[in-house]
Amino acid sequence: MDLYEYQGRALFARHSVPVLDGGVATTPAEAVELAERLGDRVVVKAQVKVGGRGKAGGVKLADSVDEAKTHATDILGMDIKGHTVEKVMLTVTADIDSEYYFSYLLDRANRTFLCIASTEGGVEIEEVAKTSPDKVVKTPIDAGVGVTPEIAGDIADRAGFPVDLRDQLVDVFVRLWDAFVAEDATLVEVNPMVRTPEGKVLALDAKVTLDENAAFRHPENAEAFADASAVDPLEQRAVEAGLNYVKLDGQVGIIGNGAGLVMSTLDVVAYAGEGHGGVEPANFLDIGGGASAEVMASGLEVVLSDPQVKSVFVNVFGGITACDEVANGIIGALRMLRDRGEDVRKPLVVRLDGNNAEVGRKILADANHPLITEVDTMDAAADKAAELAHKEA
Amino acid sequence: MAIFLNEQSKVIVQGMTGSEGMKHTRRMLKAGTNVVGGVNPRKAGQKVDFDGQSLPVFSSVQEAMAETGADTSVVFVPPAFCKAAVIEAIDAEIGLAVVITEGIPVHDAVTFWNHAEATGNKTRIVGPNCPGVASPDKSNAGITPADITGSGPIGLVSKSGTLTYQLMFELRDIGFSTSVGIGGDPVIGTTHIDCLEAFENDPETKAMVMIGEIGGDAEERAAEYIKDHVTKPVVAYIAGFTAPPGKTMGHAGAIISGSAGTADSKKEALEAAGVKVGKTPSETANLMREIIKGQ
Repeated sequence: MDLYEYQGRALFARHSVPVLDGGVATTPAEAVELAERLGDRVVVKAQVKVGGRGKAGGVKLADSVDEAKTHATDILGMDIKGHTVEKVMLTVTADIDSEYYFSYLLDRANRTFLCIASTEGGVEIEEVAKTSPDKVVKTPIDAGVGVTPEIAGDIADRAGFPVDLRDQLVDVFVRLWDAFVAEDATLVEVNPMVRTPEGKVLALDAKVTLDENAAFRHPENAEAFADASAVDPLEQRAVEAGLNYVKLDGQVGIIGNGAGLVMSTLDVVAYAGEGHGGVEPANFLDIGGGASAEVMASGLEVVLSDPQVKSVFVNVFGGITACDEVANGIIGALRMLRDRGEDVRKPLVVRLDGNNAEVGRKILADANHPLITEVDTMDAAADKAAELAHKEA
Repeated sequence: MAIFLNEQSKVIVQGMTGSEGMKHTRRMLKAGTNVVGGVNPRKAGQKVDFDGQSLPVFSSVQEAMAETGADTSVVFVPPAFCKAAVIEAIDAEIGLAVVITEGIPVHDAVTFWNHAEATGNKTRIVGPNCPGVASPDKSNAGITPADITGSGPIGLVSKSGTLTYQLMFELRDIGFSTSVGIGGDPVIGTTHIDCLEAFENDPETKAMVMIGEIGGDAEERAAEYIKDHVTKPVVAYIAGFTAPPGKTMGHAGAIISGSAGTADSKKEALEAAGVKVGKTPSETANLMREIIKGQ
C-alpha cells in the first residue's frame, strides 16, 4: 500500500525524522487556516500517487495566505494523469544547499532489505544509476542486525556524504530504519534529503509503502490504509466486503478462485476478446478457497454493479473447494440478488473443473437458469464470455 | 524418486490443532502421507483422533523430531505467530519446512529467511503462502488435492496454487514426480531455480513445467539458470499479461513495479533460454504432452 506524501511525512514525524512543518487540507478554507499557522511562504502540493505532478501544475509556491488560498483552490479537484486531487499538503519552505537520495526497501531477489544512498538527489535514482552508477551506494541490511549507528556511519562514508553532516545523517538513517521496521514498511524513500544553508539535514519528500499483510498489527494505520486505498468506488465496496478485487477497464467481469488462476483467466479472456471486437477483462476478483453462496453473492454483486460489465465469467478449479458448493453458491447468489430486488440481466458463463466438477455441472444443468451458460473448458468458456460481452455491448 | 518429499518422509504439522491444521492433516493422512504428530505447546501430551488414527501433540518441533524421527514439517500457524513457528523449525534443524500460511508480514518472512541463512540453511523452507509439496502416490505435505493425478515423469514448480491444480489436471493422463508450490509472496524460501535443479537431478523427472506470474524477477533468473544448467525439457506458463502496473493481483508478490516484473519480460527471458511458453494453461499442457510423446 503506497501512502500519500502527507501520510508519509506524518509517519516520518512520528519517528522523529526531521521534516518541514506542515499539514494537509481538503478545502481552500482548511488551506487558509494552515497557511496562517505556517507563515507567509508555503508550498502547496497536490496529493496524488502519480509522478509528474510538478509539471502538471500540482506544486505551487505561495508568498501570502491569499496566494496559498488561490493555489489550493486551483489544485484541489485538478486531474493529474487520471487522478483527481482530493487533498493538498502545505509545508513551510526550506532553502537548499545540496540534495541527496536515501531509501530502505525490500530486496525481493536477495530476500533481504537494502539501503540505497546517493549524494545525487532530487532526480530519479534510476537515472543516477544509469549516468553515474558509482554514485549509487547499495548496502544489504540484515533483518536480524538492523541499522546500528556504526552501519549508518559506514553508509554515509561510503556514499560520500559531507563529513560535517555525519552525526546528523547517522541519526536520521537510524530513525528511518526504526520507522521502516516499526511500521512494517517495504519502502521508505527520501528524495530529496537536503542540506540547508544552515547545515541542517531535512527529509523534503516522503515516499512510503506499507505491507498490507502486516496491517493486523498496525491498528493505528487503519485510517491511512483506508484513505490510501480509496481509489475506486467499486474497489472500496469490494474491500468492505472483504474481497480481493481490482477494477480494470474491460467488459467481461471475472470471478475465480486463487490469484494465479484469476490472473490467468484475465489473460485468456483478453486473448479470446481479440476475436470478439476486442473486449477485455473488466476486473480481477479472487474469491479464494471457500466459495460460499455469501462470498459468491457479494462477488457477483460487485462485478455486476460495474456498468462496464456486459458478461461475467466464473472460472473455478475446485481444489479444496468442492464444485457442487460453488454451483449452489452461484444459484444461491443469483436468488439472493433477485430477492434483494436487483435486476440481474447480464449473462454468466461458468466453468467448473476439479473436485466434484461433475456434480457441480449437473446442479447448473438442472437449475436451467436462463442467465447461466456452462462450458467445460477454460479456453472455450473465455471465448463464450467474450462473445456474449461483444454481443451485449 | 521424487524431489524433497517421498514415501519415507515423516511429517509433523505445526498448528495441527487449529481448524485449518485439522482439516488438512485429515486430508494428508487420506492421501497416504506418513503424518506422525503435531506441535502445539499448549496442547502438548494430548492425542488427536483422525478417523480412527490417533496422533500425538508435542510441545516443540525438537521434541516431535526426537520422539518420531520426523524430517518434514507442514506449518499452518496463523500469520501473527508464524515467524516464531518457522524459526523454531529452523532451530530444530528439520530437513523440510513447508509453510502454507497466507498473509505473513514480509518483514517476518525476511527475518526467518535471514535466520535460516545465518544458521547454515539446514532447513529447506517452502513457501510461505503456498499449496505445499506433493509427490503423487508417495506423500503430500500441504493442501494440494491428492486425487487430481498420479505419479509420472513431470516435475512442476509454481507460484500459484490453483494454476498448479489446473496444470496437474490437464496432464493427469501423464502424471507427476513432484509438484512444488513455492508460493506467491514477495519473499519465499525455495525458488524456481532450487526446484529446477532438484528436478534436473531426479531420475524419475523427464520434463518440467514452470508456472510463474508477474512481480519480481524470479522467472528471469530461472531462465538464466535453465540456459546454463538444465538439460531436460522445460515448458512454462506465465500469468498476468493483462495485469496493470502498481496493482497487487491477489498474491502479495504479484505486482508490476514501474516497468519491472511484467509477464512479457518473463516470457521473453524464458524463450531466449529455449523454454516453450504456453499462451494459456491448456496450450502449456499440450506443449508438455508433445514433449513427453516425443521422448
